[in-house]
Amino acid sequence: MAHEAVWGERASGHARRLTSRYLAPALFLAPATALIVLFFLLPVLTTLGLSLTDISTLTFRQPRWVGVANYRQLLGDPFLGRIMANTARYVLLTLLFNVGMGLVLALLTTSVRERYGGQVRALWLLPRILPPVVYVFIWQGLTREAPFGLVSDVLGVSKNWITASPWTVIILANGLVGASFGMLIFTSAIRAIPLDLFYAAAVDGATSGQTVRRVVLPLLRWPILFVTAYQTLSLLTSFEYILLLTNGGPGFYTTTVWALHAYQLALQNYFGNVQFGLGAAMAAVLVVIGLVVSLLYLRVFNFRALVTEPKVEVN
Amino acid sequence: MPLLPPRWRLLLIVLAVLTVPIASGVLWLFLTGTFHRVHGLVPVPPAAPANWRFLWQAVGGRPPVYVAIVNSLIFAVLVAALEVVVSSMAAYAISRMSFPGRRLYLGLVLVLHAFPAVSLIIAIFYILRLLGLFDTLTGVILVKAALELPLGIWLMKGFFDTLSWEMEMAALVDGVSRWRLFWRVALPLVRPGLLALGTFALLSAWGEFILPYTLIVSSQRTLMSSYLQTFLTEGYSDFGMVAAVGVVYALPVIVLFAAGQRYLLNIYGGGLKG
Repeated sequence: MAHEAVWGERASGHARRLTSRYLAPALFLAPATALIVLFFLLPVLTTLGLSLTDISTLTFRQPRWVGVANYRQLLGDPFLGRIMANTARYVLLTLLFNVGMGLVLALLTTSVRERYGGQVRALWLLPRILPPVVYVFIWQGLTREAPFGLVSDVLGVSKNWITASPWTVIILANGLVGASFGMLIFTSAIRAIPLDLFYAAAVDGATSGQTVRRVVLPLLRWPILFVTAYQTLSLLTSFEYILLLTNGGPGFYTTTVWALHAYQLALQNYFGNVQFGLGAAMAAVLVVIGLVVSLLYLRVFNFRALVTEPKVEVN
Repeated sequence: MPLLPPRWRLLLIVLAVLTVPIASGVLWLFLTGTFHRVHGLVPVPPAAPANWRFLWQAVGGRPPVYVAIVNSLIFAVLVAALEVVVSSMAAYAISRMSFPGRRLYLGLVLVLHAFPAVSLIIAIFYILRLLGLFDTLTGVILVKAALELPLGIWLMKGFFDTLSWEMEMAALVDGVSRWRLFWRVALPLVRPGLLALGTFALLSAWGEFILPYTLIVSSQRTLMSSYLQTFLTEGYSDFGMVAAVGVVYALPVIVLFAAGQRYLLNIYGGGLKG
């Protein structure tokens, strides 16, 4: 009898250990895992799968397998070159503005009394936190013809500036949103620079300009690389503001970028029959680039240090 | 720079000039919503209460605005609640438990954090159709919360990591279950993290455009973003009324931002969209 009781206890202890090792983490991770599988992993596979079918409005119920036909059609599209050029233009120019402006803002706001610097940084976050539709509406209002539009007033030329120079508006509108990202990261990087370096520079009689060039900028190399890499990827796939500002126009493919074209092909019913499979093929290219580049980040930005062992462990 | 340059007031003027476009944009919105007409930034009186008529009457075939407001509120609150609870649970497990595959899971979260989720929208449209969740608030809520999970898990893991663990250890040895420990001990201690993530999620969901625009079609389930967007595309001339809609839509954001600014600066620095 006694023997059996001991046995039972040991078994239940074993069971409890098993429970805490597998069941508890599983319980805590279940909801997150379900959502991630359903709306990240499954969509990645679905994008790749759909891109190999002829699925469209007409064939939504019974899509047929067509292999790489969609990709072949893409390559044969006479407008592909234009769309790629647009994408490159959008990503590069916006990136230049974002990183440059972010850097300027970080340097300036850390060079004035912190009270004012903080207020300016808060104001620069507004474009990012305003609902995108409101933000674009403000742009539409400011770029109208005189006497209403502020831009027409200031420049003394009455035009609708969105149709007159769509690219400038698109890059500035995206740029004002994106600059705050670099601004915040560079600001905390500047704050992390040891004070001694600034004192040393001051004692050596360095001017503010020299301090920035010789002390601060070299130390910001890594954050600048990070912001550039991160923003390149998100700009490549973002189309929200272009969709709202010009929807690819004015005219034929004037401001259509890759991500927007994929979206229009698959989900905007312009031509009656949306070409879901073709859109998926364009999106699949972005998904693959996105996965490869995000994996690359893990290697570059020191993954090992981020995955330290958990602290509390009683098994 | 930590050492104030001698002519820092000059730099402040440069900053002020750089910030003019943003300030004038927000000012323009409020002026245009209030007055009869606005030339540049100069209002032409009188004040125009008719700009606000959308509040008490439906405009041009749209549902009444309160439908959109209520839907947006439900959407934002449920997304934020789901996001905070689900990512806290996962973050707690990753921060505090050792289980096989833990490194892999954290790696997955990090990759997905950098991965631009918007490129999945075509597939998500298809999956929601299959699940029968297309054109439902439930569907968009799940999608929006899911797409922000990697950020939430990563953020909350950081908060759990900084907690001292003696108390938890003692409670565990006393036989308190992980589940109780999580809700009663750990969660209250990471309140700043919950507030930051909660505010961020509220703002982000309230402003969300692409997902509801793509995944909801019924006008009875429209959100504020789609409601306002219908004005933007139809070649309207009544800027005053549309601006008033914009004010109603943007005001909660500005208030919430002013209140939660301190928490938020950290989160946006951690990066979400370009």
